[in-house]
Amino acid sequence: MPRRSAPPPVPDRAAAHPPGPAPAPPRAAGAPSETTAGVPRQPDRRRRAGRAPHPPGATRRGVRVVVRGARDEPRVLGLAVAVSAVYGAGTAAAGWLLGRTTDEVLTPLFAGEPGVGRVDALLAGLALTAVAVVTAVAVALRRMVAGRVFANLQARYRRRLAHQYLRLPIAWHHRHPAGQLLANASSDVEASFMIFNPLPMALGVVVMAVVAAVAMVAADPVLALVGLLSLPAMVVANIAYQRAMSPRVVRAQALRGEVSAMAHESFDGAVVVKTLGREGAETRRFGAAADRLRAANVDVGRTRGAFDPAVEALPGLASLAVLAVGAVRAASGDVGVGAVFTVVYLLAVLASPVRAFGWVLAELPRSAVGFGRVRTVLDARGRTTWGESPLPAGGLSLQMRGVELAHSRETGEDLDAGEVAPRRRDGEAGTAAPGSGAGARVPALRGVDLDVPAGSTTALVGPTGSGKSTLASLAVRLLDPDSGVVRLGGVDARELREGSLPSEVALVPQSTFVFDDTVRENITLGAEVDEGRLRGALETSQAAEFVDALPDGLETRVGERGTSLSGGQRQRLALARALVRDPRLLVLDDATSAVDPAVEAEILTALRRPSAPGAPRPTVLLVAYRRATIALADRVAWMERGRVVDEGTHEELLERRPAYRHLVTAYEEAALAADDGRSTGAGAAPAVAGGRR
Amino acid sequence: MSAPAAPTPGGTRIAREAGDGVVATVRRGLALSPLMRRGLLGTLLLGVLATAGRVVVPLATQRTVDAGINGPDGPDPGLVLRIVLVGVVVVVATAFVSYLVNRRLFTATEAGLAELRTTAFRRVHDLSALTQSSEQRGSLVSRVTSDVDTISQFLQFGGLLLVLSLGQVLVVSVIIGVTSWQLLLVVLACFVPVVAFGRWMQPRVSAAYSEVRARVGRVLGGVSETVVGADTIRAYGAETRTRARVDAAVEDQRRAQVRAQTLVATSFSTAVLGAGVVVAAVVVVGALLGVDGDLTLGQLTAVLLLVQLLTGPVQSLTEVLNELQNAVAGWRRVLALLDTPVDLADPGEDGRDLPEGPLDLRVEGLGYAYPGGRPALSDVDLSVPAGTRVAVVGRTGSGKTTLARLLTRLQDPVSGRVVLGGEDLRRVRSASLRGRVAMVPQEGFLFEGTVRENVALGREGSTTEDVHRVVDELGLTSWVEGLPDGLDTRVGQRGEALSAGERQLVALARARLADPDLLVLDEATSAVDPGLDVAIGAALERLMAGRTSVTIAHRMSTAERADLVVVVSGGRITETGRHADLVVADGHYAELHRAWSSQMSPAG
Ligand SMILES: Nc1ncnc2c1ncn2[C@@H]1O[C@H](COP(=O)(O)OP(=O)(O)OP(=O)(O)O)[C@@H](O)[C@H]1O
Ligand SMILES: Nc1ncnc2c1ncn2[C@@H]1O[C@H](COP(=O)(O)OP(=O)(O)OP(=O)(O)O)[C@@H](O)[C@H]1O
Ligand SMILES: [Mg+2]
Ligand SMILES: [Mg+2]
Repeated sequence: MPRRSAPPPVPDRAAAHPPGPAPAPPRAAGAPSETTAGVPRQPDRRRRAGRAPHPPGATRRGVRVVVRGARDEPRVLGLAVAVSAVYGAGTAAAGWLLGRTTDEVLTPLFAGEPGVGRVDALLAGLALTAVAVVTAVAVALRRMVAGRVFANLQARYRRRLAHQYLRLPIAWHHRHPAGQLLANASSDVEASFMIFNPLPMALGVVVMAVVAAVAMVAADPVLALVGLLSLPAMVVANIAYQRAMSPRVVRAQALRGEVSAMAHESFDGAVVVKTLGREGAETRRFGAAADRLRAANVDVGRTRGAFDPAVEALPGLASLAVLAVGAVRAASGDVGVGAVFTVVYLLAVLASPVRAFGWVLAELPRSAVGFGRVRTVLDARGRTTWGESPLPAGGLSLQMRGVELAHSRETGEDLDAGEVAPRRRDGEAGTAAPGSGAGARVPALRGVDLDVPAGSTTALVGPTGSGKSTLASLAVRLLDPDSGVVRLGGVDARELREGSLPSEVALVPQSTFVFDDTVRENITLGAEVDEGRLRGALETSQAAEFVDALPDGLETRVGERGTSLSGGQRQRLALARALVRDPRLLVLDDATSAVDPAVEAEILTALRRPSAPGAPRPTVLLVAYRRATIALADRVAWMERGRVVDEGTHEELLERRPAYRHLVTAYEEAALAADDGRSTGAGAAPAVAGGRR
Repeated sequence: MSAPAAPTPGGTRIAREAGDGVVATVRRGLALSPLMRRGLLGTLLLGVLATAGRVVVPLATQRTVDAGINGPDGPDPGLVLRIVLVGVVVVVATAFVSYLVNRRLFTATEAGLAELRTTAFRRVHDLSALTQSSEQRGSLVSRVTSDVDTISQFLQFGGLLLVLSLGQVLVVSVIIGVTSWQLLLVVLACFVPVVAFGRWMQPRVSAAYSEVRARVGRVLGGVSETVVGADTIRAYGAETRTRARVDAAVEDQRRAQVRAQTLVATSFSTAVLGAGVVVAAVVVVGALLGVDGDLTLGQLTAVLLLVQLLTGPVQSLTEVLNELQNAVAGWRRVLALLDTPVDLADPGEDGRDLPEGPLDLRVEGLGYAYPGGRPALSDVDLSVPAGTRVAVVGRTGSGKTTLARLLTRLQDPVSGRVVLGGEDLRRVRSASLRGRVAMVPQEGFLFEGTVRENVALGREGSTTEDVHRVVDELGLTSWVEGLPDGLDTRVGQRGEALSAGERQLVALARARLADPDLLVLDEATSAVDPGLDVAIGAALERLMAGRTSVTIAHRMSTAERADLVVVVSGGRITETGRHADLVVADGHYAELHRAWSSQMSPAG
């Protein structure tokens, strides 16, 4: 995991977006929800718990999501709606046909009336079969096409989000927790467009209801009235039901996110948990969260238990009412059995599709909330801007003037407005101080001036936390300064042409990120690299030996974050990654800390050789503590508390900077001090070591 | 005293999922969750009762048509009213019973699942796999989260639906059969092929969906690279490659999803076709029967309505079966986790406590190999008297971290044993071990929260004063004061809002707060500046006086000051001794040290 730092100079928050927790359908429509199983990373939803699920106007905005989706996928969606209409008409037509058959074929036939024969029954059967075939085909198409709309939209927005993540500046990334961004691309996108699964069907239901209404009215207007009154009642009951459910479902979903985030963090920090013997405490914490989730789920169950049977009973009650009224009207001779049967039958057929319709309406706010978050990311404006200048040829100098940069100490910007305090881990010592995390922007760099001449090697030395890594990120333009300027080859880095840097400038960061890919891909990162160069980079970074020992050599997959490699092995991989590019500016951020000393010197010497005879020497900026490393440098820049307070040769700084001297000679001093206090035998050691040289 | 049986060579792996059938898995799952079993039978009986209530409308229709409207004396509204009233009572009663079913079901299953989740969570922490491989970590998280969710989804929706549907099919079939056995045959003739086709499709649908899930995993993996690896991608201009990978993964997943949907749509629509054809067939056959006087019109209409009660279950059967497969697969994965022998088991009551006072350390014939890897350590013997400061040095990948993990029982050896204070580590009670042994790993991990909270984790029940004291003891007060909110500065996710060195300082303070008798430091100060490193080293030396410590460091200054230097090379200990002696011996150590000291004091 890379370090995260610095906010951008441009405020890139999009316009206000809807607050509210992540939605989740009470139950995946048809297909199992794709985020329910086997997914490696569950979103970090902790901070979303406990907010109102339906902000005002959400339904309206939900409609806008539908419109937006319809614009994105007009043809497929249109097709889906068309076949849905056929399905709706077909289903209702079957009911109507059945009623007609009852009245005109079955009743006379059973009564033994002349003029109606078996052939008529057969014909009716054929007609019903034909309608069934058409309906079935329409259903199949509807499901396929609706599924395709959902899949297409989902894919489209996942791609767009990923592209946006690749485009947005690092500073933006540093302000947003990784878990949240991941959740955005997975469950928020899913929630936004889930509605497109049942949507065509719901539109088909409208057609179905109209056809059914016509059929009912044709059968008998009075019975139709009794029956049809139950349809809006069903829709309303369903909406009430969903409205009652959805805050509860949303809460359960948020708690599920919390449980998952907790499991993630706890397993991520397993070494710490284990070595401190905190498994019990962690289990209690997790158990408490699991119990909150249990309570929330039971709450969902209770609500469902109360509403579901009631909603389900409605069509039954309506049918019974139709029977009662039908009997009265039959007694007065106004209707026949067929009419009664038609209405009852149509009610039975309509019951579940109409429920689906209510479900879609209730789903709208969820889409709105999910899509609100997606849009926040898509609308984020803080792009890294580039100019038109090419990178000057020849050796590259690096210059900084008055560079200031402040990291934001916020825990991270939520994609929703508002914030819920994260749960504390430990009881007593955890009282949060007033003003903690209040978004205080803390300057990490305060007016840095630095000159690294082309072809030179400059060591950047400074105490822990003095801002070295921050400066290194600026040098390769991972970050832009809040104020001041960074020049590469004399050109303001912001004026450079897009894409001109990565091939010429390389940073080996303090901690290595390893891609889930082969060793080769991890080094080339997609660049065309000939075998010789690759080999050379491996040799120089001293990675060749262990890479060759891997089961498949360069083609070995190193897995997520490279856990199967030792710390030093990962670091060498990162070095090879930089070296293979023959960069003109190389920035090493303490990149050899896990490399043993015997190897480090060789690496550093090799680094400074020009890539080809006659080529300029690369410019090197290296963060280092070891004296030999520093000795390889032409110049040393000494940092203290976010400023380069002195520049010069090692000797000059030793002379005039006590703090510098103290830092770089700390080990020798300590050794000397120890020797003074020690018995004679051991005292010879440093002398022996020094003498061998 | 013989060592306890060694775990399977190659460390831990999660047990393979048992090949149990659906019924066996469900039975085992229920057996492991007593809370879930409670009242299950009653719930099922109530469920059957609720189903029975559903047939009231068709039956009422039949009576109305036959006796109420087409009765011998013409329409009889009074009779119909009575029928309708009975119907209303039954419908309302059914609704109430359904309510009870839902309540009981949710209460019991959720209680059982919460229990299962927590048990599984604890089990994961007892497996060394967790700290070895982050690949498995993802799947471990899903075993306590989404896998359990799938079970819960299924039990509360599909499972009940399945049971009730079967009940419904049975009840309705019986009623149809009683009404007219010929029509029952017609109905069966139409639905049996549908069900058969559904069953035939079902494994294909499951396979298609597991394909979808696998690809969703790949999509999320790709997206997470764009987020987590943003720095590296940007610095190396790897956007194009990464974008191409994400796009490919997204497109793959979309295709898989569409394919799965197509299969589902096909099998669902055959059910719709069956439902339509069955109506046509019933009408035709019913008409023929009616002509022969074997059937009344009311009976025929009742059958037509009853058939509607069959279509629902038949249609949803394929989907529910699919859900069942998912749930059973999830359940199997959780059960497999519970089946995995705890390789870092706490001996609990039978265990022993470490003796009071300083601890001596003995390592005998120690060997270790990571799952599927070559031996990382072999035949390591070492004897460390109590109170000794040990420095471990060696080249990258030589096995130092592996040794540290074995000394602190983050994993158990494949062969040999570690004896601390005279006790085999595997016999030491966890509470005693963790209270007395602390380790600061190579990669410092901080939990989201404040500096204070992270330090306080070192010991249960520690106070703010303790945290202040430790910070002071290690000479970190001025560093803390320089932080924006002092001890209340938030460290960010995984501690990323601190610099690398600062993260290590927090981890060190945390270990110091634990006040251990054996302290293992694995390059714990690799990113800390030399001035601070020396100061901390001196402070620790003072604080740990008389106690045992093992320090792994590339900085030879540690080795120079140690009582005992251990040189690891290629997974073996090649040299041990005091610094001075090893330098004189002029072996591997002397070479390492020369390289280092030449770096510290440059020639020229
Ligand atoms: N993402 C971040 N959010 C907030 N503050 C940060 C972030 N990254 C670094 N800082 C702070 O900025 C300051 C400088 O950090 P930086 O990582 O540049 O230090 P450094 O000199 O590289 O330290 P080290 O030697 O430990 O690597 C530190 O005080 C650190 O706490
Ligand atoms: N989780 C793992 N799975 C598989 N192999 C591993 C794992 N961890 C380490 N290894 C391998 O075991 C060997 C020893 O690794 P170890 O981490 O103990 O080395 P180290 O001496 O600590 O190295 P470094 O100085 O780089 O930290 C290496 O070859 C490494 O690739
Ligand atoms: Mg740094
Ligand atoms: Mg190591």
